Amino acid sequence: MIEILLRVVIGGIVVSAFATIADTLKPKSFAGLLGAAPSVALATVVLTVKEHGAMYASIEARSMILGAVAFFIYASVASRLMMRKKWPALPVSSLALLLWLGAALGLWFGFHKLTS
Amino acid sequence: MKIDANIAALKRTKWQEYLVRFIFGGAVTALAGIIAKQYGPEIGGLFLATPAIFPAAATLLEKHEEKNARRQSGREVRAHELAGVDAAGAAMGSIGLAAFAVVVWQMLPRYPVALVLSAATLVWFAVAVMMWLARKIVWRSLRAKIRKRWHRPVVAGEFSRRKRSHP
Repeated sequence: MIEILLRVVIGGIVVSAFATIADTLKPKSFAGLLGAAPSVALATVVLTVKEHGAMYASIEARSMILGAVAFFIYASVASRLMMRKKWPALPVSSLALLLWLGAALGLWFGFHKLTS
Repeated sequence: MKIDANIAALKRTKWQEYLVRFIFGGAVTALAGIIAKQYGPEIGGLFLATPAIFPAAATLLEKHEEKNARRQSGREVRAHELAGVDAAGAAMGSIGLAAFAVVVWQMLPRYPVALVLSAATLVWFAVAVMMWLARKIVWRSLRAKIRKRWHRPVVAGEFSRRKRSHP
């Protein structure tokens, strides 16, 4: 329970810090880079290494590559829907999270089928 | 294009908005840990690249832009487009995120965690900025090519020749 609370506090601080820096930056396409900052990873890797060791965290990082590819698909689709179709940000960015999840799991299963 | 930092922009953000980001960020980080515990590091690792800030950031950006446009009457509302531009930046940043993950994956078993995270963060930023610049250059050259093709000056006799070849 304490570990989860620690993750909530550290994660909240790191994510908020990147979002606050992004608020101040212009142009907005540059500020958007911070929308894909490694905030969750920075908040959790130290805790994971302390709890499970470096090898465990390294395996997590290998899967994170596929998560980042899914993020690219997510952000590209969201950008297109908002710029071309003029759809509002809240439904697009929230519903597209399902696309991120599908892409991340799909890539993971595909990668495992290829390597096994 | 000039990159600028405007500290005064922080005044636009309300404390409730900071709270939403904190809760969202904390919840996603805790979720990544819980999923790793439940399903192992291979599935849990996927969630280290969750779009944690993006939905809240894009929504707030859109809201602020709409408010600004309303204040300056007559100004066109481009809120959705601005959020879309932010998302395009995030897409470039995600390539940096993949580079961050590669550095952590390769270096973590051999070097101290603080050194690995510092190096990986620098790599993320460098790759993200390079991708952002590359996208700008590609877009600019594409736009110039399109403009050249569509606004090509008409050479004498060209129109009649074209007309003859396409009856």
